Amino acid sequence: MILNQFLLLAAILFCIGVYGVLARRNGIMVLMSVEIILNSVNINLVAFGAFRDHVAGEVFALFVIAVAAAEVGIGLAIVLLIYRNRRSIDLTEADLLKG
Amino acid sequence: MTPAGVLAAGAAGGDLFVAQNVFFGVIALVMIVSAIRCVTTRNVVHAALWLVLVLAGAAAQFILLGSEFVAVTQVLVYIGAIIVLFLFGIMLTKASMGDDDSVAGEKRLMAGLVAVLLAVVMGIALIDSYSDTRVVIDEPQRFAAVSDAIFSQYIVAFEAVSVLLLAALIGAIVVARKE
Repeated sequence: MILNQFLLLAAILFCIGVYGVLARRNGIMVLMSVEIILNSVNINLVAFGAFRDHVAGEVFALFVIAVAAAEVGIGLAIVLLIYRNRRSIDLTEADLLKG
Repeated sequence: MTPAGVLAAGAAGGDLFVAQNVFFGVIALVMIVSAIRCVTTRNVVHAALWLVLVLAGAAAQFILLGSEFVAVTQVLVYIGAIIVLFLFGIMLTKASMGDDDSVAGEKRLMAGLVAVLLAVVMGIALIDSYSDTRVVIDEPQRFAAVSDAIFSQYIVAFEAVSVLLLAALIGAIVVARKE
């Protein structure tokens, strides 16, 4: 297998995730797009780990999975709080700090 | 290109259609289509289900790369826990249960432009840097090597992650509870 096939797949997934983060206005959809981005990073890490024949790639992929779990927990709690206060999870309406 | 490089390229062309590469192509196609559907579908629940396909495809890629431990963790943590969390989030914010037709046209255009530009830049950089680098997986990564590394070399990071998870747990409860 060529290393580049994994890296290019990860790059394409990353860009799809970036599109999701930028284009969607639903808070939960933005969090899902962030998950796609983190997954593409994980593919990169594991691919480089396999390429270098070193466990560091896998270890850091596991750390990324753990951090992603924490991020989703906190993110969904925040989205829930926004919904409870404003009856909407449209992120363009959550602009209280905009001055 | 040196003669050795030509030989390597010929060899690369020769085993282009080994089973691993065929599986890679199929899974990659499924992942990309599902990811596009996930970020463009109007139904949030459907988006979560498309996300399952992306995550399962990533797990399959990890197995192709010989790291079965990360693949199992991916299935357990992502598909088992995070998707359920997402579905609960969708249920609790029932305003978003139906269609999310608020994706503005101009915003979508700019986001698509940024994504395509980013893809072109990263694609050129990757093809330029790693065009004939090959991954050779002779044996799957053993659990023991990964766990040895986690509990010796990366023990500080491991403890930091466990504290982070605890903090995130308490933080989520504090943020989301009713007064």
